[in-house]
Amino acid sequence: MISDDDVMYVARLARLRLEHGELARYAGQLSSIIGHIDKISELDLKDVEPTSHVIKLASVFRDDEVRPSVPQELALANGPEVEDGAFKVPQILEAEE
Amino acid sequence: MEFEPVIGLEIHVELSTRSKMFCGCRVAFGGEPNTRCCPVCMAHPGALPVANEKAIEYLARIGLALNCSIPGRSIFHRKNYFYPDLPKGYQISQYDQPFAVDGYLDIMAGNEQTTVGIERVHMEEDTAKNIHAGAGGRIAGALYSLIDFNRSGTPLVEIVTRPDIHSPQAARLFLNKLKNLLKYLDVSDCNMEEGSLRCDANVSVRPAGSGELGVKTELKNMNSFKHLEKGLAKEIERQVELLEGGGKVVQQTVHFDFATGEVTPMRSKEFAHDYRYFPEPDLVPVAAGSGFVEKIRAGMPELPGARASRYIQEFGLPAYNAEVLTSSRELSDYFEEALHHFDDARALSNWLMGELLGYLNATGGELADCLVKPRELGGLLEMISSGKISNAVGKDVFAEMCKTGKSAGEIVKSRGLAQISDEAELAAIAGRVIAANPAQVEQFRAGKGKVLGFFVGQVMKETGGRANPQVVNRVLREKLTG
Repeated sequence: MISDDDVMYVARLARLRLEHGELARYAGQLSSIIGHIDKISELDLKDVEPTSHVIKLASVFRDDEVRPSVPQELALANGPEVEDGAFKVPQILEAEE
Repeated sequence: MEFEPVIGLEIHVELSTRSKMFCGCRVAFGGEPNTRCCPVCMAHPGALPVANEKAIEYLARIGLALNCSIPGRSIFHRKNYFYPDLPKGYQISQYDQPFAVDGYLDIMAGNEQTTVGIERVHMEEDTAKNIHAGAGGRIAGALYSLIDFNRSGTPLVEIVTRPDIHSPQAARLFLNKLKNLLKYLDVSDCNMEEGSLRCDANVSVRPAGSGELGVKTELKNMNSFKHLEKGLAKEIERQVELLEGGGKVVQQTVHFDFATGEVTPMRSKEFAHDYRYFPEPDLVPVAAGSGFVEKIRAGMPELPGARASRYIQEFGLPAYNAEVLTSSRELSDYFEEALHHFDDARALSNWLMGELLGYLNATGGELADCLVKPRELGGLLEMISSGKISNAVGKDVFAEMCKTGKSAGEIVKSRGLAQISDEAELAAIAGRVIAANPAQVEQFRAGKGKVLGFFVGQVMKETGGRANPQVVNRVLREKLTG
């Protein structure tokens, strides 16, 4: 079972603000999803490799070649605030008391 | 109570590939902000990463050089956290299936050889760079921050040691040896000032002889050898004082301020350490079969141990010389380059270790900045061995080469230092010296052979040390006995 606390914890990590009623709803939905995954452990899987990727491909690489980057103005075009060619972001940590 | 420090290091190395880890943007230091980025390294929706093969090759070199085993398969994971320098909201890294595991690197700490275990070596990507405005560039209290994505996505290798290090000095030695090794591997410029090589340390103390580990703290960003050693010493001191005063060490990240010498808790990572790793679906696994590993091994640059053996076998150098010469990649390369211009390896190695290293030690300089290039040093030694100048004059010339960067030939010519081997010229000088010192001539003729040294000295004085000693000896003997 997924508790309200679990949902709140995950929501905080994901920077989600939950509206009224969402907490209980998500706790129920997540419990059902986790419950479904738990069903897999009822199977005999001792000879099955864990699956991290579903396609049977490995070692797909690119050559170490430089390709053009985007011009600075284009790179910054989506920045809400820009200063000296850089993205400007709000204060990260408050001053110490 | 006696306490024993227990230290483990986490080292991050930026690889010197041409392009970034998962996109084709150029890897470089500095420059105009946000000019080496693209949808992939700025995390625009829909952009997909493709791994740089060269970076994987460099990673493999590091793993092999650290005596790791390379599992047949490794995968990338997403490490999820929010921070302005991380555009995707996760860093592509590796988690429970890293590229290389279970290696070691031996160091000589004091007179004792210590084996430092390597837990893992894995691949990840560097973050963007934050510039904090106000508060003297520190994050706490900065008014706002500026983000430059040029560094975002630079291939970054993380090397994690086991807690096998027991003093700040040993930590420095380890980092130094690792840095040298990385330089031999040609995988990074290891420039600590520019952040290409960064070191964090996990530190705890325990009663000496105890097998248990104490509570550890993490010392972040020890960005020079001095910082690492001093920061560790300070943190160990702080922990010991805490414990001796009946207190407890709290597990936390701490910051060492080199200017004040203080260790303070760091506040920039006040979010929960819950990264919710999961396999990166955008990148397929890396298969490192035996064929792949053998190919990397075959293409490995020569490592210091192998170079030292070659110097002993091929050039007949004493083991000590071979070890000193290979103690840094720069010195070893310098030696080999100079050998192209002067082929007496033994004389060359003696000169390098005596004069060149002596000069660098005395001036605190770096070999890379030394004005005497291998070709010029070779030229100087050639002049000495061919008798064009004497060994003593050679040392003098070398000192001037270091100061001015001029070639030995130029200096010898402009200062008229060429050795005088002309028999007639030296005979004339010898004649004058003999005529001027009748008393000493008497002594010599009376059987006092040692007086010959006096005459040699006089001739040297007359010629400013430029006379060829063999010729002087012969000429004097002939004149005094004849």
